[in-house]
Amino acid sequence: MPSATLLGQSVLSGIFIGSLYGLLGLGLSLSWGMLRQVNLAHFALAFLGGYLTFQLSGRLDPFVTLAVVTPLFFLAGMGLHWFLTRFSVSLLNTLLVTFGLTSIIEAGIQWTWTADFHRMENAYAAVRWKIGPLFVSLPDLFTLGFALVLSLGAWAVLRFTDLGKAIRAAREDAPIAAAFGVNEKLLGYLVSGLAAAVAAVAGLCLALNHTLAPAQIYAWMGVVFAAVMMGGLGRPIGPLVAGIVIGVSEALAMAVTNPTWAPLVSFSLLIALLLFRPARF
Amino acid sequence: MRIAIALIAAALIALPYLGLPAFYESFGYLLLSAIVLATSWNVLSGYSGYFSFGHGAFFGVGVYTTAALAGKLGWNFMWTLPLAALAATLLGVALGAIVFRVRALRGELFALLTLAITFVLATIALNAVDGGPGIMVSVELPKIAPTAPGVIYLMMLAAAALTLWTAYAMYHSRFGTGLFAIHDDEDVAEVMGVPTYRFKLAAFAISCALAGLAGGIHAIFVSYVTVAETFSIALAVNVVLMSALGGTRHWLGPAVGAIAITVLLYAFTSGNAAVAGRALTGLILIVVIVAMPEGILGQILKRFRATAPARAPVVRAEEVPRQAAKASSEPLLVVRGVAKAFKGVQALASVDLEVRRGEILGLVGPNGSGKSTLINVVSGHYVADAGSIRFEGEELVGRPAHRIARAGIARTYQIPRPFPQLTVLQNVALPPMFGQVVMDRARAEAQAWRWLAFTGLEAKAHRFPADLNLHERKFLELARALASRPKLLFLDEVLSGLTPAEMDDALRLIRAIRDQGATIVFVEHVMRAVMELTDRVAVLTYGKAIAEGAPAEVMRHPEVVSAYLGAAHV
Repeated sequence: MPSATLLGQSVLSGIFIGSLYGLLGLGLSLSWGMLRQVNLAHFALAFLGGYLTFQLSGRLDPFVTLAVVTPLFFLAGMGLHWFLTRFSVSLLNTLLVTFGLTSIIEAGIQWTWTADFHRMENAYAAVRWKIGPLFVSLPDLFTLGFALVLSLGAWAVLRFTDLGKAIRAAREDAPIAAAFGVNEKLLGYLVSGLAAAVAAVAGLCLALNHTLAPAQIYAWMGVVFAAVMMGGLGRPIGPLVAGIVIGVSEALAMAVTNPTWAPLVSFSLLIALLLFRPARF
Repeated sequence: MRIAIALIAAALIALPYLGLPAFYESFGYLLLSAIVLATSWNVLSGYSGYFSFGHGAFFGVGVYTTAALAGKLGWNFMWTLPLAALAATLLGVALGAIVFRVRALRGELFALLTLAITFVLATIALNAVDGGPGIMVSVELPKIAPTAPGVIYLMMLAAAALTLWTAYAMYHSRFGTGLFAIHDDEDVAEVMGVPTYRFKLAAFAISCALAGLAGGIHAIFVSYVTVAETFSIALAVNVVLMSALGGTRHWLGPAVGAIAITVLLYAFTSGNAAVAGRALTGLILIVVIVAMPEGILGQILKRFRATAPARAPVVRAEEVPRQAAKASSEPLLVVRGVAKAFKGVQALASVDLEVRRGEILGLVGPNGSGKSTLINVVSGHYVADAGSIRFEGEELVGRPAHRIARAGIARTYQIPRPFPQLTVLQNVALPPMFGQVVMDRARAEAQAWRWLAFTGLEAKAHRFPADLNLHERKFLELARALASRPKLLFLDEVLSGLTPAEMDDALRLIRAIRDQGATIVFVEHVMRAVMELTDRVAVLTYGKAIAEGAPAEVMRHPEVVSAYLGAAHV
């Protein structure tokens, strides 16, 4: 049995990695739940964001790069939405189209930055504190902070503002919402753009904490989609909560058994949920 | 045609004996394995519309089963092939048994879970079987061809023949028709008698078995098996692409796509060109999905269909065997205390209702009174929360919808729900294949012609439902419901949206249906029609049956008057 310190550190790192799952899942959950688009390319976009941050970090502070990358991604998200609505791509086909898009972005990344692993050198990574016997690093805290602020912010906007009400109405029944004066087309672009902008933030967190390689794009898909589905579609806080549950379970599983078994955890959780609570889906 | 196929087969079998450079055998092998993988993917995903992104995983299970048994434990290679297929099948069935039960997310959930399974299996293979460095597979091959690559080529050729034959046989059978119906509208398919769950599971099992078999052969071909090379997402993308490019609605489509993509990718094999090849496959996938949803083969066949003259109905067989029934007092369907709630809305609150053999029962009530819910509960689409429904003495509550259809209950939909990608004829031929007497496709189509003639849709038999107007679509609904020769038929607002003249047509048709022996529950708002047509009327309000009896009496019932017109204030 591992020591209490190791378990404590595991739980803590589980929370941090889980918050990144939540951050990646937020954009997916929004576009799936609100726009009926399953955007696999979200992962490729996040990695692209990570690589762009990595590229620009030589000259700019990683956080300043957000000022460049976020608006760019907002436009990319709108572009994707234009394409998907222009050709009225069905829900299942959005999976295929964005799968294709993922291949293209992946190839583009490999072409530009090679298939090798990259790690962004930055001053923040060195900043760490000791709280009792546990270590906390600054990039981890940034990730958690971003995830909390964006998830809670999205929730608050959807819950309390007129804009949120309009988005929810358009989701329930777009033609009726349009008849009541909701500009559902514009809202679609807005949601899609925001989802992609969140991918930019997730990309920054990826670059701060993790190594980047094009093949890694696929490694995140299973676990993040598990978080999205467990959290409930279109519910902004869901992926974060589910992501943290998964993250902590993974970290504990790694501490108790062999670290290479971690990918099984999220899948098992999802299967268990499907078996015992199928009504949730 | 036969001769051409025989010649091609002979040429393919002869290839290893011609003494050509080994390149031809290897390239032939790649083509054939692509055909096996794409076609086996398509028998589930193309036919039924459940897209799997985990075909690489099932293939990988086959690779690792053979690698572990033949390479590590030294079993006879030929014995490991069935086991490779079996292992992949078991995995698929286990996964399918869980996912296919979930109603709401279906396609997306299936796609994402199969995507995830690739990584899960890679993890298991790495930890439990492989141990890290990979497995060397060197085995004794049966000496059926001069060279080892020749032997492996012949094995994959056999696998490809088996796969194509399977896809062909499924395509032309009840099984395939049922899968296509699931693709178009799974709920309707189930209500029409298609055992959707079992069909999906069976198609998945076949798909996995063939992929596993290909994997087993591939383990010998590569002779050195590693996790990174085996469980790749690229394979999943490629089979989806091949099938979509060739055409997923035809048994031969994936093979066409497989050849096109394999030749194309062969041009991009090394270094940076491979990266460009990956980007190109992604681009082609997008273009195909958006611009060419029917694929290459679909496009070609469409052109043929457009130029082919409209075929006249051939068969007219099988005259009505059933006696024209008179309304009797014998109860056919007895509903007792049936309740159904949706998240707090009590759609049905303890409904009692009796339908007598041979009658036309009018079921009326204001909007939202629970008429459609009642039909959905009786036909098995929803499960009642409480109460009992007895049909010819047999309890229906808890039975799956396709069993209820098979017992002889059919329905129409208020807003017609034809299978959009089946022709009018195929739409009508579907229910007889899954009705009380199971028929094969030819006999079912002969039946369908009769009902098309009955409803006056003969001329549109080879059209698609999208080409029909509302009136014709309503009649298509009727023809489809009649084709299963139901004992009890629910007509859900067949008259809504029709002009008065069309309405008269419909009424004439309904009387003719009754004269052939069916019992009818006629749900309708058009009171003139209800009064004219029905033997008895039942009234539903707020999920309760408040009156049942002769039309004229029921309409004078004070509760009925207040339900329709509000309470009297005199």
